[in-house]
Amino acid sequence: MEEIKLQIKDLNVFFGEKQVLHQISLNIPANKVTAIIGPSGCGKSTLLRSINRMNDFFEGMKVEGEIIFDGKNVYAEGVDPVIVRRRIGMVFQMPNPFPKSIFENVAYGLRIQGWRNKKAIEEQVIKSLQAAALWDEVKDRLYSSAFDLSGGQQQRLCIARAIAVEPEILLMDEPASALDPIATARVEELIRSLIEKYTIVLVTHNMQEAARSSDYTAFLLLGRLIEFGPTNQIFTKPQKKETEDYLTGRFG
Amino acid sequence: MLFLVAFSSLFFLIGIVVILFVEGLPVFAHVSLSQFLFGKRWYPTSSPPQFGALPLILGSLLVTGGGLLFAVPLGLFAGIFLAELCPPRGREVMKPIIELLADIPSVVYGFFGVVVIAPFVRDLLSLSTGLTAFTAALILGIMAVPSIVSVIEDTLTSVPRSYKEASFALGATHWETLRRAILPAASSGIGAAIVLGAGRIIGETMAVLMVAGGAPVIPKSFFQPVRTLTATIAVEMGEASVGSPHYHSLFSLAIVLFLFTLVLNILVENLIPGGRRRVR
Ligand SMILES: Nc1ncnc2c1ncn2[C@@H]1O[C@H](COP(=O)(O)OP(=O)(O)OP(=O)(O)O)[C@@H](O)[C@H]1O
Ligand SMILES: [Mg+2]
Repeated sequence: MEEIKLQIKDLNVFFGEKQVLHQISLNIPANKVTAIIGPSGCGKSTLLRSINRMNDFFEGMKVEGEIIFDGKNVYAEGVDPVIVRRRIGMVFQMPNPFPKSIFENVAYGLRIQGWRNKKAIEEQVIKSLQAAALWDEVKDRLYSSAFDLSGGQQQRLCIARAIAVEPEILLMDEPASALDPIATARVEELIRSLIEKYTIVLVTHNMQEAARSSDYTAFLLLGRLIEFGPTNQIFTKPQKKETEDYLTGRFG
Repeated sequence: MLFLVAFSSLFFLIGIVVILFVEGLPVFAHVSLSQFLFGKRWYPTSSPPQFGALPLILGSLLVTGGGLLFAVPLGLFAGIFLAELCPPRGREVMKPIIELLADIPSVVYGFFGVVVIAPFVRDLLSLSTGLTAFTAALILGIMAVPSIVSVIEDTLTSVPRSYKEASFALGATHWETLRRAILPAASSGIGAAIVLGAGRIIGETMAVLMVAGGAPVIPKSFFQPVRTLTATIAVEMGEASVGSPHYHSLFSLAIVLFLFTLVLNILVENLIPGGRRRVR
C-alpha cells in the first residue's frame, strides 16, 4: 500500500446557498500524479482550490468535512492558511507571471519566506528553472521581463516559481489548456519528471492528458466523486456507467 | 460632432496659449528674462517697478511640495485601504464621501483654513501669524487627496487578480502581496496620481490666496507667509491697468504656471500608458 499524502474526508463546499461539492472522500497518494477529470462546472477547480485554501477568498464560501495533510486538518481551527499554501503550491490555468524579471518571478516565494542570502537565492532560482526544464531557454536573459516569454515558457516559469519554495504537494489546474500541442507535451513531460520529489494533483479536461500523465484518476460529476482508481483501470475498465459514458464522449 | 468638440477645445487651448504669449512677452521690454525668473523682488507698482518672480515661483513650489507631503501619504493610505482592505460595503459608503470632498468649492476650504487651521497653527507653534506656507500646504494637500485617492484606487483595482492569486498561492500574506505584487504592478499609476495631485495644488488659487499669507518674499522657512503665482495673478489683475508693464508681467507669471502644468501633464501622459504596458 502506498503512502497517502492527503486525505480528503466527506468534503462539502458551498458558495452561498449553492452546494458545489458533495461528500467528496479521496486519498491522494504520495509521489504520484492524481488527475481530476469531469465535465465543465463539475467542481474540479473548487476541489483543487479547497486543498490549499484558495477558496477562502470568496465571500460566502463554506467548507464541511476535513482535508488531512500531514496528520492535521487544513481547516482545523488555528491553522494558518498562509502556512498551508507554503507547503502546497499551485499552478493556474492561465500562466500568470508577475510583471517582473524571470529571475524575480522565481525568487518571489523565496523572498516571501524570508530568504536574504543572494547566493542562496540565486542557486535556488537556477535549480528551480532547471527542474522546470526552462533553464536552457532563459539562462541568457534572466533579467528580462517574464512577459517576453512564450505562453508555454511562461507556464513552465510559473511551475519553476511554485517549486522554488519546495512545496510538498503541487496543485495544477489545467496547466496546459492554454498551450499549443508542443508546449503541452513539454509541460506533461515536466510533470512526470516532478513526481520524484512532489505529489501532484492535476485537473484536466483533456482525457488524453489524464491518460498520459497520471497514475490515478478521479472522476467528478455534478460535484460528486463518481469513481477513483488507478488511471489505466479507470480508462480501460470503468466500474460506473457515468464514467464510461463520459470517457466515450457521451457527455461533457 | 465629437470631432467638433475636440476641435473646439483644441481651438481654445491654442487661443489661450497665444493670448498668454502675446500679452506676456511685452514685459520683457522692461525686464530681462533672467531678472524676471531669478529676480528676488516683486514690486510691480513701485517706481521703477521690479518684476522679480522668484519669490512667487518658490512660493508655488514650496506650497506644492509641502502639499504633496500631506496629500501623498494620505492619498496612498486611503487608496490602498479602499481598494484592498475595506469590505465592499464600506467602499460603497466611502467613495461618495470622498467624491463629495472633491466637490467642495475651494473658497470653503480657504475659509476653513483661515478660521480653524491658521489660528491653530499660530498657537501651536507660537507664530505671529498662522497664515503660512505650511498652512497652505496642509489645506491644499487635503484638497488634492480626493483626486489622488481615486486614481490610486482605480490603478490598484485594475491590477489583474491573477497576480494576487499567484502571490497568495506562494504563501504570501495580504500585506506581502500588497507590497511585493500589487504596489509594484501599480507603481506607474501611483506616480501618475502624485503628478496629478501636484497639478491640482500648483493651479489652486482661491484657497491658497486666503491662507498662504501673501508675502512676496523668498521663503526661508515653511512657517512664514508666502505668495504663489496663482494668488499673485488673481490679486493683482484687478489693479493693473490694461497694457501696462504690470499687466503684461502677470501674463508672464501665467506662462510660467502654464509651463509647470504642461510638464506635469506630459509626465502623467508618459506614466499612465507605460503603466498599462507594464501591468497588462
Ligand atoms: N466563487 C464562486 N462563487 C460562486 N459559485 C462558484 C464560485 N466558483 C465556482 N462556482 C460554481 O461552482 C461550480 C463548480 O465550479 P468549478 O470552477 O469548480 O468547475 P470546474 O470543474 O473547474 O469547471 P471548468 O472545467 O469549466 O474549469 C460551478 O457551477 C461554478 O459556477
Ligand atoms: Mg476549472
